[in-house]
Amino acid sequence: MPTSPSDPSSPERAVSGPAVPDLAVVGAGPAGLAAAVTAARLGLRVALLDAGERPGGQFYRRPAPGLGAERPEALHHQWAAFATREAALRAHESAGRITYLPAHHVWTVVPDGGRWTLHAVAGPEERSVTLRASSVLLATGAYERQLPFPGWTLPGVVGAGGAQAMLKGGLVLPGKRVVVAGSGPLLLAVAGSLAAAGATVPAVVEAASYTAYAGRLPALLRNPGKLAEGAAYGSALLRHGVRLLTRHAVTEAHGRGRVEAVTVARLDGDWRPLPGTGRRIPCDAVAVGHGLVPQLELATALGCATRPGADGTVALELDAGQRTSVPGIWSAGETGGIGGAELALTEGELAAFSLAGRPAPAALVRRRARLRAFAGAMAAAHRPGEGWTGWLREDTDVCRCEEVPAGRIRQATRDLGARDARTVKLLTRAGMGWCQGRMCGPAVAALAGETSSAAGAAPDRRPLSCPVPLRHLAELPQDPH
Amino acid sequence: MSRPTGDRSPRALVGGAPRATYVLRFDGRGLTAESGQSIAAVLWNAGILAWRTTREGGAPRGAFCGIGSCYDCLVTVNGRPNQRACLVPARAGDTVTTQEGTGRADLAV
Repeated sequence: MPTSPSDPSSPERAVSGPAVPDLAVVGAGPAGLAAAVTAARLGLRVALLDAGERPGGQFYRRPAPGLGAERPEALHHQWAAFATREAALRAHESAGRITYLPAHHVWTVVPDGGRWTLHAVAGPEERSVTLRASSVLLATGAYERQLPFPGWTLPGVVGAGGAQAMLKGGLVLPGKRVVVAGSGPLLLAVAGSLAAAGATVPAVVEAASYTAYAGRLPALLRNPGKLAEGAAYGSALLRHGVRLLTRHAVTEAHGRGRVEAVTVARLDGDWRPLPGTGRRIPCDAVAVGHGLVPQLELATALGCATRPGADGTVALELDAGQRTSVPGIWSAGETGGIGGAELALTEGELAAFSLAGRPAPAALVRRRARLRAFAGAMAAAHRPGEGWTGWLREDTDVCRCEEVPAGRIRQATRDLGARDARTVKLLTRAGMGWCQGRMCGPAVAALAGETSSAAGAAPDRRPLSCPVPLRHLAELPQDPH
Repeated sequence: MSRPTGDRSPRALVGGAPRATYVLRFDGRGLTAESGQSIAAVLWNAGILAWRTTREGGAPRGAFCGIGSCYDCLVTVNGRPNQRACLVPARAGDTVTTQEGTGRADLAV
């Protein structure tokens, strides 16, 4: 196997630190970064592996240095929380307490005689890298949940998180006039950034009703910071003349070759479009997303227990010390249920205390409880209603990769007896393409009649968390067992 | 595309200026790339939203998720098909071509 600076067998690595770190952290977003610097401060030797080129994850994504941005914080809030931790990372790196490995995409973690072996694909040349560690913290974050609608495969229809990522990282916009649609508080942040960066946002189209939060008053009142954040987004939208339409959805995107307009319709409480309420809004892009889905490939491959969340996604079952059900594997942040960057920072620090065998500071424990309560209120308010499938047409592609339309999935459930996403996949190829169901998974599950709150609901399982060159698999040592 | 509306633009928002610009070729057309941008960002900047056609329907596709999860932005870079345009940094002199189908037509499979 080729060696790299991160390969324990490399002489270079052997000089710079111990062959086996105490802790390998997978993911350098808010949770992983906070965990790594806190664990290093508490005396652990840490390896921090991240698929990205720079620390910060998706939330703190910023322009590449070559773009010369003087004020990257203009696209962010809570920037100071990141800046202090990035500075700590650099200091620990210089002192040899943290080995930071950017552009390392970990594709599997396997038990290895009481320790763990992590396999990664590194750099644009896709080198094979293996690394051993005594314990592992999975801080792999989330990706966006998408619910399809007619026309959603047209160029110009992009993920809301995708539009945000392209703006933060590449300083570009998908269009001049961008409708922001879907569900969840991310939409407000995305609309605010797009407008601040020069786009016209004719409307933010939110399927849920913000009055749904009113039923969760205690969780809101314990989080004045979150309320202030919401108010700040609201006033930013007002300043840019953006309309917020709640209980509405984009039910169709129109255009030839690219999006030219959308139809926006009112929804009932179950997200069913109300007939006769559709109206057309001209636009040249649509940024759409329905919340986030915990990214659990590495955890579920290890057998970590999961639980259904109030937002309809599946998250890891974690204890008070951020331990998964598999001894030696910890997790923090969105993998334990979608809750935002502040919660991820808090849980990363809590995990570090637990990893170091130290008692958790009471303030951290209280903050986590408070933010988890808010996350629960948010998850329940934006959970998709079952009526959303009412805006699908039979010829609407649900699986973007394999181009499987809703009609074929309905046929599989109606005529062929499929009752779950896995059977639908076997019958139709939905979820079998490049993205391995990341984009269509929630929609296929809904069409198959699965509900994630049902007992025994399980997340998708993917043995590899990213593409791996076959030669790397061929070079793996034989399993001694 | 990142044409400013009034005095607002992504560049104006974060200040500064790219350290270098260079040209890459997209289907024979010269596009200005700014150092540090991904190939998808260069294409969006030029107002190009589609650079692939699907295997079954031949439908146009471009970047969707923006973070390497969806694989909709696959493109052929310097003759290598199936590169995720949202992840691959644009480099001076790159030749980017629209990817049709699997991008493996040369293999005749």
